Amino acid sequence: MSASDFFYRNRDIAGLSNPSRSIFVAIREVVENSLDAAESQKIPPDIYVRLSFESEATKDTQVYKLRVEDNGSGIPPRFIPSAFGQVLYGSKYKLKQARGTFGLGGKMAILYGQITTHQPVLVSSSTGQEKIYSFKLMIDIQRNKPIILDRKVLINKDSWHGTIIEFTLEGDYLRAMPKIIEYFKQTAMVNPYANLTFVDPKGRLYKFTRATTVMPEPPKETMPHPYGVDVELLQRLIQITECTTMLSFLRQHFHRVGEITAQKFLEFAALPPNKNPKKLTHEEIVRLMQNLKKYKDFLPPDASCLSPLGEDLLKAGVMKELNPEYLVVHQRKPSTYAGHPFIVEMAMAYGGGVPKRGNFVIYRFANKIPLLYDEASDVSYRVISAMNWRRYKVQPDMPIAIVVHICSTKVPYKTVGKEFIADRPEVRREEANALREVARQIQHFLARQEHVHNEKKRLGIFSKYLPKIAEFSTTLAGETKKPDIEKLLKSVQKYGAEEN
Amino acid sequence: MAQKKIKIAQKRQEVLNGLKDFGTSVYKQLDQGVFPTINMPSRSTENITYDPTLRQYVLGEKSVGRSTRNIRHIKPFTQLAWVAMFSNELTSQRKTSTLRDVYYSAQAYEMTFQDQQESNNIITDLETLTGFAREDFNIFPEERSAIFGDLDIAYTVPGYEGKTVNLTSHPDGVLIGPAVTSAEFIKTSADKVIAIEKGALFTRFIEENVHNKHKSLLIACGGQAPRQTRSFIRRLHDELGLPVYILTDGDPWGMHIAQVIISGSANAAHLRDLNTPDAVWSGVWASDIIEYKLPTDPLDEVDIKRLYELQKDPRYQNDPVWQREIKTFLKIKRKTELEAFARYGLTYIVDEYLPTKLEQQPKEGKNGKKK
Repeated sequence: MSASDFFYRNRDIAGLSNPSRSIFVAIREVVENSLDAAESQKIPPDIYVRLSFESEATKDTQVYKLRVEDNGSGIPPRFIPSAFGQVLYGSKYKLKQARGTFGLGGKMAILYGQITTHQPVLVSSSTGQEKIYSFKLMIDIQRNKPIILDRKVLINKDSWHGTIIEFTLEGDYLRAMPKIIEYFKQTAMVNPYANLTFVDPKGRLYKFTRATTVMPEPPKETMPHPYGVDVELLQRLIQITECTTMLSFLRQHFHRVGEITAQKFLEFAALPPNKNPKKLTHEEIVRLMQNLKKYKDFLPPDASCLSPLGEDLLKAGVMKELNPEYLVVHQRKPSTYAGHPFIVEMAMAYGGGVPKRGNFVIYRFANKIPLLYDEASDVSYRVISAMNWRRYKVQPDMPIAIVVHICSTKVPYKTVGKEFIADRPEVRREEANALREVARQIQHFLARQEHVHNEKKRLGIFSKYLPKIAEFSTTLAGETKKPDIEKLLKSVQKYGAEEN
Repeated sequence: MAQKKIKIAQKRQEVLNGLKDFGTSVYKQLDQGVFPTINMPSRSTENITYDPTLRQYVLGEKSVGRSTRNIRHIKPFTQLAWVAMFSNELTSQRKTSTLRDVYYSAQAYEMTFQDQQESNNIITDLETLTGFAREDFNIFPEERSAIFGDLDIAYTVPGYEGKTVNLTSHPDGVLIGPAVTSAEFIKTSADKVIAIEKGALFTRFIEENVHNKHKSLLIACGGQAPRQTRSFIRRLHDELGLPVYILTDGDPWGMHIAQVIISGSANAAHLRDLNTPDAVWSGVWASDIIEYKLPTDPLDEVDIKRLYELQKDPRYQNDPVWQREIKTFLKIKRKTELEAFARYGLTYIVDEYLPTKLEQQPKEGKNGKKK
């Protein structure tokens, strides 16, 4: 069975399970590829998405045409057919933070389009050179090979770079609409440097404009960390390696493993340093994997392979989409779980445009993509629920939004559908600490606000009653001119003037 | 009598001066750029003592301050200033008002009182501050009592100035309201005042011609005598030199109605001249229950509890009669009402009981003091 065939038969696990979910997932996957393509070149993304109605399909579903244009790096022409027409193209032996998990999502969406409508996909792309290449492709599912139906070359007069992809798919837009709009809004929140445009089948335009052109540092590619490997990855590495000794193999292919660490580990694992890795037996490979996990003295992974938003960008994004009265953000230092580095970023927004729902509004993100399903199963939901909010003078009915962003080379999703983060102790601890930090700041803000409120009330009382006392006493005393109380009013103002 | 006339006008002028002084003090402080403050005697329980010489409750040395700089004081201070201004208006224009009126009138000045109690408290503040009763500011409570007897009075209220009336002119009695309490006394043939707890007996006394037979001014207290009535009784005693006799039901509550007319109440400790120390409680005594074999009811629990309270009350300490009667009540554990004399016929109380009691009084009833 080919990889295409496998996913054809098991498309549920990629989230393409029902007509409304499928259309949401298809848009999400293609948009995420586009964001990655622009971001890898530090180009502020400009992404145009159009979903148009083609025809009725069944009682509950319609055929739509999805067109996504980006201004990303573009794809060299020789890679285009396999990039869009072959599932699992390009295996990754190096790691960096990316939105898509295996570069699979976009292709899954195309595959889903093909099996529901049997139409080819149109791909145009340019890397900014003098030519634009357009392909009309289909996927040969059984052989997992692209079929090129048509190929055109155009002159790239404006030095355009980017990718345009267009294909048809079956789905139920009306039911998916709320999630799709929410997806764009939240994507805009966590990608404040992106312009997002969405035209829906009814011709409605949703436009999310960037608030900044500052972008986070792109992640650097790193080798896998010894704690994070499995047997399969080891076998693949052994297959491709050109190293002839275990010592050089470890140094070459693993993150933060140097000469000394490699020597010490091989001693620990009782493997001769000059053994040829290609000569390892299957049993030896399994033992190697177990020892890699067991050995305590590997250095923790560094975070250069991660690209967190950073406090300023997170602030800009939340400000732009929620426009709260008060906002605090906090970024945790890098941490690791099972050999995978990760960083938690957290924001807490109060008042203003924050919706009041009788409970906190939670926005969850992983590697800058919004997680919209299964909130209650997410570790962040548990962390937020377990928090002793009374300590922070925070009531659940306050207009408060909590934004949680976790970025990692391997986000600990609980399921393939990329919906929620698993409850791993390391992640839970980082999220709890981040939450405490923003909650503390919100507590200070609330206390200050209460103080200002009380001061205002106090001033209000003085400015209400002093003039009356002046009026009544003037009448009583039989005077004609009212006494000047401005000085008194100013003097009470002085005490409360620290705000405003 | 002309001298008395000056007294009423004089009193009004004093009241107006008192209010003006308060206004001027506040005005001057404001004008000098300082937060106005006032001081007045504290009305807390620990500052209320019984003064045996004055034979009434008085306020002690402790005083309380109200400062407009204090956020909790400024509202009541403003209310006080408003009530003072309102009282000034009433007094100078000789208009009257009720406690309820004050509560509502305030709202026209965006000076809302939370409830009647709050506005009543502020009025009591003004009384404490100036030393004048609210009736002096022409603010009256709703409750009224009545007087009947041969007394000529001359009104001073606007529209009736100088007009005289005899208080026997109406057989139901004349309401003791603002017009009567502010009137000048002209002349009387009466040689005593009889204050009666209940309106029914008051009417009986008028029918039985008690005012003539016993040369008396009859007053219906209507239960606990209102302050204006108590102060009016004081005026009858002081200005006309008439002895005052009080008839109440024979129970702890009736006994205390008499006591309040004589010694005043703790609530009015900040005021003077609301009580008549020389007045005498004529009955019905506990010992009368035995002597006249009156029909009775048993004392219930609250009655007995009240008797023990009164036994310790300083107002009941000076005169042996009070203590003797309290002990008798506690001994016989019975109580009675003025109406109980009806068992001996409708006129018995007038023909037999009253003369005996009036006779008896100067000998032993004068709160232990000779006049």
